[in-house]
Amino acid sequence: MNNEVVSTLGNRALVEPASGPAPSRAGEPLLEIQDLNVQFVTSHGTVRAVEGLSYEVHPGEMVAIVGESGSGKSVSALAVMQLLPAGTARTKGSVRFGGRELLGLTDEEMRKIRGRDIAMIFQEPMTSLNPVLKIGLQITEPLTIHLGMDDAKSRARAIELLTLVGITDPESRLNQYPHQLSGGMRQRVMIAIGLACNPKLLIADEPTTALDVTIQAQILELMKDLSRRLGVAVIIITHNLGIVARYADRVNVMYAARLVESGTAERVFGRPLHPYARGLLTAVPRLDRGRNAKLSTIDGAPPNLLNPPSGCRFRPRCRFVIDKCLEDPSFMEMEPGHLAACHRVAEIEAIDTEDRRIETASKASVNGHDDDSILAIKGAKKFFPVRAGWLRKPKLVRAVNDVTIDIRRGETLGLVGESGCGKSTLGRLVLRLDDPTAGEILFEGVDLAKLDRGGMIAVRKKMQVIFQDPYSSLNPRMTVGQIIAEPIRVHEILPKPQIPDRVAELLQLVGLFPYMALRYPHELSGGQRQRVGIARALAVDPRVIVCDEAVSALDVSIQGQVINLLEELQQRLGLTYLFIAHDLAVVRHISSKVAVMYLGRIVEYAPSDELFANPKHPYTKALLAAAPVPDPVIERTRPRTIIKGELPSPLNPPPGCVFNPRCPLATEECKQAVPPTRELAPGHSVACIHV
Amino acid sequence: MATIAAVPSAPADALPRQQSLFWQFVKSQPLGIIGFLVILLYVVCAFGAAWISPYDPEAIDFGAMLGAPGREHWFGTDQYGRDVFSRIVYGARTALAVGILSAVVGCTVGALVGAVSGYFGGRIDNWIQRVVDIMLSFPIIVLAMVVVAVLGKQNVGGIDTNLIVAIALPIVPKMARVARASTLSIVAMPFIDAARAAGFSHSRIVLRHILPNIVAPYLILVTAFIAQAILLEASLSFLGLGVTEPTPAWGLMLSGASADFYQTAPWMILFPGLAITLAVFAFNLFGDSLRDWLDPKLKS
Amino acid sequence: MLWYVIRRLVMVIPTLIGVAIAVFFLIRVMPGDVVVVKLRADGAAISEETIQAERKRLGLDKPLYAQFADYMIGLAHLDLGKSLWTGESVLKEIAIRIPVSLQIALMSAIIAVAIAIPLGTISALYRDTWIDHTVRVVAVSGLAIPSFWLGMLIILALLSLFNWLPKIGYVPFWKDPVANLAVTIWPAISVGYRYAAVATRMMRSSLLEVMREDYIRTARAKGVWTQLIMRRHALRNAMLPVVTVIGLEFAFLIGGLVVTEQVFNINGIGKLFVDATARGDFNLIQGLVLLIATIFIFVNLIVDLLYGWLDPRIRLT
Repeated sequence: MNNEVVSTLGNRALVEPASGPAPSRAGEPLLEIQDLNVQFVTSHGTVRAVEGLSYEVHPGEMVAIVGESGSGKSVSALAVMQLLPAGTARTKGSVRFGGRELLGLTDEEMRKIRGRDIAMIFQEPMTSLNPVLKIGLQITEPLTIHLGMDDAKSRARAIELLTLVGITDPESRLNQYPHQLSGGMRQRVMIAIGLACNPKLLIADEPTTALDVTIQAQILELMKDLSRRLGVAVIIITHNLGIVARYADRVNVMYAARLVESGTAERVFGRPLHPYARGLLTAVPRLDRGRNAKLSTIDGAPPNLLNPPSGCRFRPRCRFVIDKCLEDPSFMEMEPGHLAACHRVAEIEAIDTEDRRIETASKASVNGHDDDSILAIKGAKKFFPVRAGWLRKPKLVRAVNDVTIDIRRGETLGLVGESGCGKSTLGRLVLRLDDPTAGEILFEGVDLAKLDRGGMIAVRKKMQVIFQDPYSSLNPRMTVGQIIAEPIRVHEILPKPQIPDRVAELLQLVGLFPYMALRYPHELSGGQRQRVGIARALAVDPRVIVCDEAVSALDVSIQGQVINLLEELQQRLGLTYLFIAHDLAVVRHISSKVAVMYLGRIVEYAPSDELFANPKHPYTKALLAAAPVPDPVIERTRPRTIIKGELPSPLNPPPGCVFNPRCPLATEECKQAVPPTRELAPGHSVACIHV
Repeated sequence: MATIAAVPSAPADALPRQQSLFWQFVKSQPLGIIGFLVILLYVVCAFGAAWISPYDPEAIDFGAMLGAPGREHWFGTDQYGRDVFSRIVYGARTALAVGILSAVVGCTVGALVGAVSGYFGGRIDNWIQRVVDIMLSFPIIVLAMVVVAVLGKQNVGGIDTNLIVAIALPIVPKMARVARASTLSIVAMPFIDAARAAGFSHSRIVLRHILPNIVAPYLILVTAFIAQAILLEASLSFLGLGVTEPTPAWGLMLSGASADFYQTAPWMILFPGLAITLAVFAFNLFGDSLRDWLDPKLKS
Repeated sequence: MLWYVIRRLVMVIPTLIGVAIAVFFLIRVMPGDVVVVKLRADGAAISEETIQAERKRLGLDKPLYAQFADYMIGLAHLDLGKSLWTGESVLKEIAIRIPVSLQIALMSAIIAVAIAIPLGTISALYRDTWIDHTVRVVAVSGLAIPSFWLGMLIILALLSLFNWLPKIGYVPFWKDPVANLAVTIWPAISVGYRYAAVATRMMRSSLLEVMREDYIRTARAKGVWTQLIMRRHALRNAMLPVVTVIGLEFAFLIGGLVVTEQVFNINGIGKLFVDATARGDFNLIQGLVLLIATIFIFVNLIVDLLYGWLDPRIRLT
């Protein structure tokens, strides 16, 4: 696998904010969508995926479409490109591009526009490129098809494009295949393909969701820069409010197939009008807010689009609902260019006082008892051998490389890092789902590796786990009740007749109805399944719960509910959490202490607020710089140092300090030896020789 | 009751309450129903052979030999004057008995072997896979023929158990392959990790968590292998290595018809072959639609 | 790629050895006395002396390890022993009959591939139309119709329509192509039909799956027209599983030959195998099974290498 260091936008770090003044909106819109409706005919009924969507995009603008899953944002983009499945999709309304109506065009006419005037890039760079065709061919394809370029010209242009998107050594890349490139590089190639024919509009559907935080920042900076330089308008579809705040000029918020609010990023974030937008902005954990602010949440879940509620779609979940909400709300323009679809828009700020109360309400801080270490990891290592062929030495993936850390009873240790850093592996070592190659893992003073089967089972009752994917973390063939009851039954914690009551109790504890014990997992929503996972973990009355990306797969509004649930349970039951995640804001919010991992090692460790206020290690700083905050005002003024390079593979970690190839402070000395962990301030330790 | 987190509204996006599984299947898979009905027809023939067939299948009647299909003998008669129709109806017994038994035995053994191999991994897996690889190097009919040649016949309650072993044996490695792949994909799922983290024993995990999730591919493959087993039995009988005279079996009827009777009595060739084809067709059809129906549910 | 080739080649060796061992034990270690079975098959009671004499003659009275050693040494010299029936060397009996069987097998494979790829593609392209349904029904029939019965139907048709029966003698292709084809084409079709059916089904489902992939959506978003998407983007990816299935189904091809040669009275290794089994000629059975398994293993090897070459993910790592 190729893992060279690729520099983006030159070797210097970008210090000044990449946004100039937003392009003016005067003049004709480039894209004008009016009353777009998309329905899918399925065997269960008609799904109304998009209803009455109207917005504009002006040349050179970056417009964000924000929403959760099922909001219709992706479908609307596919409708513009007319890439929806012809058999089941029905599209109505008007989509005008450069004054020309797109929805009536024949497929052949539309085909000439796709890839030429309007381009689209998708979420998964891994699967969006054809694995059996060379990169060069895939880039030159639109050039030969739309612009009729000959081989020499298209090749030259391809090299130009690859350079434009920051890929080094473009000539040799042309002959490579997608599997030889990393995720970030593949997405750059996708951007190059999109920009090949100099389109006026680029649609990006969740372009960075599948990428790591630092790579995400590189790609988005690139897109913004190119958009400004080349005058290409960009529609970016995302659920990440931070990205929107940092990069978008205008924001359109969608909920349940409808547009609910539209305006500039500053206005929508600064003064959200629609209750959903308001709720979303307070429900999202923020990097710049301390731990003590409790997350306010939006009750309930997004509606079923087969049978949506009448009138305002947000009605069942809205705190400010009145009778009039049974009628479809129309758009009200509260200030120039800022619209919201709500009957009570004019009075919303006055009546929403709860907002402020929750912000200042502090949750009881859970900081742990200092001298009571419940989980001590000493020098843990986990290496996985990889077969490299008969005559070669077996290679080792150094997933966890000498990790030492303590977790105190009652606290939450947040373990954060990007993919391949080893955080999940460490979680598995703690649970003894894998055995460490070296080192010790002590639970309440006892080394797990030395326990026999009986001893291990006793420990297992005290340590439980919640996984990331609500879909595959529950056995599809068992009912919810059976899933929760099983550990109680197996460990004989309660006599049989008492078990159903306990199951009902647990279900209520996690906010579910007792009747759900009879349902199968596929009948529940993602958030509900995750709650079942929590209930299962609580069934044995554990002391420690390992949360392995427990909220990462949930929508923002549901995420907040589950985070609050976890915190309340911790307070009530005195639990200790090892919280593994890649989302910094969530980690900051829920953890009392945070450890940052990179390529199998811990680079920094400090109490949560301290770490985020005073990061010391260059990698921690880079992570924080790369993660956007959902506040455009802050984002506009934040200096941005985008870290260069790709994440190295754990098969081949760099010598000495594993971060040195990408580190702005790196010197020769850094390559000599692994830096020791030093305590810079009480409770705050860093592994770097330059701080 | 605690007011811990938001009390969620009733799952608005949950699927509608399950209708009876059977009717769901009928509605969405019309072809499968046709297959099922044909299978039912054969089963009826097998059990009710005595009532359905007008003649004794082994009754020889030289006076009526090589008679064309007509009112007396619907499918005509063979060179011994036996009624072809009756022999076909009785033949369903042999075909279904041998076919279903050998497929079920082969698939069950194969599924267990594959599941164990996939679950435990490591050396057990390596060795089992070696053996499976070797067994898969032989075409199934070759393997079956060798077993038949070596074991000879063994009659137990009217059924040749050695024949069943001969047909079941090549099925075992094929099923083991698939079961192993299924098991590997299930073992990779987090709910298995959760079970291990909860301290459940290996046997509980395999029996309660893995096997129930293999049931669907197992059922689908069993129907496909029944089809293959019927075909294999017919081929073996045709070669004289399977069921022998005077037992009525479709393949056997075809071998009796070789060469001599092409022009004089083509019905001896047509009807047995049709019976085989229809049976195999029905099981394949049923299995295909079972897969189409079960798979999407599995994926979601 | 080089490593892949070498690794694949090397993997073949233990499998071959394993097969040789398996064949040996399959015959000798099964319950029941092989000799008794054989002699009994000729009918009438056998005396104990006859049994013992026969065992001595066959070399079955030696201890197992000695027999095994003889066997393996023989293999190393490519000496498969002598046929218990004709007395001729097993190798010779096989060598005479291999050309015709190989030719039929190759012809079936060619017919199958030539039909399956275009038919499967069309079926996928015109999904759910009458074209698709027809192809699917025809393909499923290929799985259901026993190949020997198909052969019989062909003969029946030839007889009743043209009053003509395929000749029995085999003439090598280079001597007289027409006479050769007149004999070989019919079994090739009988056996090839099933082969074609399986490959067609695989091509269809593989293509349908490929069409759902993300990179096809990217191609459409680039403005590539449908035909070009098919040709350039879809087919190459869809071919990969088809190549694998063609290799696997070859086993069925050989199995089909075993039975179909009976129908057409072709003097090939299939008929030889049937005769050997009926007569209990264990040396011949052993040799043939070994040969068939070896052919199968090598066909799969070639298919794997071909796959590795077609898929750049394997070719270039």
